[in-house]
Amino acid sequence: MELRKDYFADVRKDGLHEIGQPRPRLDSPGHVTGKTAYFADRILPGMLHLKMVRSPHHHARIRSIDTSEAEKHPGVVKVLTAKDVPHNVYTILILIQIGPEDETVLADGKVRWKGEAVAAVLAETERAAQEAAAKVKVDYEVLPAVFDMEEALKPGAPLVNEYHGQNYYLYDSGECRKVRFGDVDAGFAEADHILEQTYQSSPIEHAPTETTGCVVAPEGNDRFTCYTNTQAMFFTLDNASIILQMPGSKLHFVGGTVGGGFGGKVDVIVEPIAILAAKLTGRPVSFIYSREEEMQISSPRAAEKVVIKDGVMKDGRIVARKVTGYTDAGAYSRHSPYGAQKGAAHYPGPYTIPNVWIDTYCVYTNRTPSSAMRGFGVTIGDFALEVQMDKLARLIGMDPLEFRFINAYRDGDMKAHRQPTEGAALIECMQEASRAANWPVADKYMAMSSYRKGA
Amino acid sequence: MSLALQTFSTVKDANAALQASGTRYLGGGTLVVRAANEGDVSVSSLVRVTEPSLSAVSVSGGKARLGASVTMAAITRHPELAALAPAARAVGGPAIRNMATVGGNLFAPAPYGDFAVALLALNATVAVEDGEMPVETFLAGRDTSRAVVTAVSLSLPEAESFRFLKVSRVKPKGVSVLSIAALLQRTADGTVTSARIAHGCMADRSMRAKAAEKALLGCKLTPEEIAPALAVAGEDITPITDPIASAWYRAEVLPVHLGRLLLS
Amino acid sequence: MAKVPVQFTLNGSEKAEFIESGTTLLHALRDKIGDTSPKGGCHQGTCGACSVIIDGELRLSCLTLAETCDGADIRTTAGLAEGGVLHPLQRAFLDAFATQCGFCTPGMIMAAKALLDRTPNPSREEVVEALSGNICRCTGYEPIIQAVLTAARADSQNAA
Repeated sequence: MELRKDYFADVRKDGLHEIGQPRPRLDSPGHVTGKTAYFADRILPGMLHLKMVRSPHHHARIRSIDTSEAEKHPGVVKVLTAKDVPHNVYTILILIQIGPEDETVLADGKVRWKGEAVAAVLAETERAAQEAAAKVKVDYEVLPAVFDMEEALKPGAPLVNEYHGQNYYLYDSGECRKVRFGDVDAGFAEADHILEQTYQSSPIEHAPTETTGCVVAPEGNDRFTCYTNTQAMFFTLDNASIILQMPGSKLHFVGGTVGGGFGGKVDVIVEPIAILAAKLTGRPVSFIYSREEEMQISSPRAAEKVVIKDGVMKDGRIVARKVTGYTDAGAYSRHSPYGAQKGAAHYPGPYTIPNVWIDTYCVYTNRTPSSAMRGFGVTIGDFALEVQMDKLARLIGMDPLEFRFINAYRDGDMKAHRQPTEGAALIECMQEASRAANWPVADKYMAMSSYRKGA
Repeated sequence: MSLALQTFSTVKDANAALQASGTRYLGGGTLVVRAANEGDVSVSSLVRVTEPSLSAVSVSGGKARLGASVTMAAITRHPELAALAPAARAVGGPAIRNMATVGGNLFAPAPYGDFAVALLALNATVAVEDGEMPVETFLAGRDTSRAVVTAVSLSLPEAESFRFLKVSRVKPKGVSVLSIAALLQRTADGTVTSARIAHGCMADRSMRAKAAEKALLGCKLTPEEIAPALAVAGEDITPITDPIASAWYRAEVLPVHLGRLLLS
Repeated sequence: MAKVPVQFTLNGSEKAEFIESGTTLLHALRDKIGDTSPKGGCHQGTCGACSVIIDGELRLSCLTLAETCDGADIRTTAGLAEGGVLHPLQRAFLDAFATQCGFCTPGMIMAAKALLDRTPNPSREEVVEALSGNICRCTGYEPIIQAVLTAARADSQNAA
């Protein structure tokens, strides 16, 4: 590995003894010997297996749930429904005061997406749990469903989630997160060219090799140990405490070893119900997603739609940028209101633009709830922004990399969010990229710096 | 009902046991154990046979007899089955090939069943306890088959006459977008005198491309002369839609890949 | 539930268990015998995390019924190190940063061992093919391929 120490040489201490040096990973010896203990490697005597009965409908009212046949099935110990969950309606970001609580641990009266958890079957073997799950009778009244964000925002669209009352998240700023900087209309009026483009993405599943799950052991003293592959340990503990109405001191979470997460194991879905099951049965409980559940049930990255309108001058300066972003939360919030907010914070990208207008909406549809994934709220936006940048460069006949040098933010520039830029390194990254990719740019760009005089 | 395995030493006894409802035959396990793992509770009993002939390969006089339990890996390693090796190697990764069997592949639903595509183009014969039938007939009726497949027999193709192609999105190994096998007899000047083409993923099981076969007769394998065959390659197909590809996509790329195979 | 006796050799030591008929080898190894080095990633033969070597052949323990392994010689990653000394493959995976989350690692090592047992000096293409049934979702394939090539070289040096 080569460290280019000539960049920022005057502002950085050069005593780098660790960076750039290979150091053994602490967990590798366990990995190569097969000794690393993942949650599912905690195989406990008398362990019960939890299988979820799931909604076959995208949107339906539940008239009744009959668990009597399932309960009689050989090997079945218990079947849980909404009434068994102490605080059944929750939302995970309530920990940072982002409400309302809008999701059920087990469906109560209604299902809002295909695959929603309705009843939890606990049995001595996985097979018995699967067989009994097929015997839980749920009487549904199918309701109209909406899968498209723009359809969902139209008047008269089916209401996805009553806890919100409308098909978008209501921020304190209103129906969307907003950034207003300068005067975009004036900017567009002054521009030599205007380009408006729409970009869309589909949901993306993290597909970790180890599926989501947990193993819970009652400790005999009203305390429960939860072995889990959550990526959000204390976040999960606190939410489990709320859902179970149980002090956090009764919950002992063991984790940190995750067989691939990529941001997909932060939704507090399996732990509360498994702890409840262990509490109500007095037995250890294992709840592990099947591969199909991992692909279909666990939250994906949200589908997004991004509309970007830019005003650009012939000399390469972007003078106005208007972005409208839509994040498809699916049926429930999970992390998506935050994802949409991140989008508002991320646009207009790493560029200095004098006139900016941003609206980002978090929209509810009857699709699988989306949530976190590596750079959620930002990654799709970056795709859209950088494709747009290439199109703008082409529009004015300019080299796409030189076009970015012209617009790159530099120290001291005021960002659209009214934070002055500091510690920028985009110019230097692009200079290095120009060399590495053998994509030469004019000398004046290679002579630029992220520093501005007086900044 | 839990899942239980019954082991028999003869095909006859296994066939008797297979008549019970909820019973399926266990070959390499890549289909039926998978189904059980995924929560298919319709199967409660598995049957297997240990009769050694099921694992035997015999080759003589240009003909091969593959026992139904012969694995894909065994075919790839067999010195006299080199013509079949590309199709056998197209199945799964190394571990799957050590398990997946000739007999099982006949039952594999699309997008699986790449080896059966080759068997269909080669006009193989499928043997059960009380007789034999063409693989085409067998595939058409496989959903109601209640007899253990014992072997598959075929004439080994001359090296130049048989071509096989599997298209997947992941390299070097992935699930089929489609697969195509073609058995072509040609005269010395390259004119096609007979053609038998099978494809996978163009229905829930391997099917023949009869219109394309017919259109190839009398043609030389040049872009101009095969064009009519490519134009009718999609006749009578009902491609599957799955996470790998949509039916539309499969139908669109079928002639492209058939063309590449014929011109290769 | 009907229980059946099954006996096999696991990493050189005799095992005899009564298992429920229809139990996969993966479950028998993990739940009954306590060897949790094979991992259940997909239970459908796609990910390779459960790979073990049975009678010298790489197989998927999630699709293999335990009772079909009666009398077999079974090898897993847990049994690879001898006397506390890492196998060359384990050493190479460690040194080459060929693990990230580690969940695919035991399966990868078994797939690599099955290759090297038959082909001690594989080409890069042969290594890629041998690992083609094993998914590393952290997408660290390149270090894994390099680790297998390194282990092959180390082995041939030891043999020389």
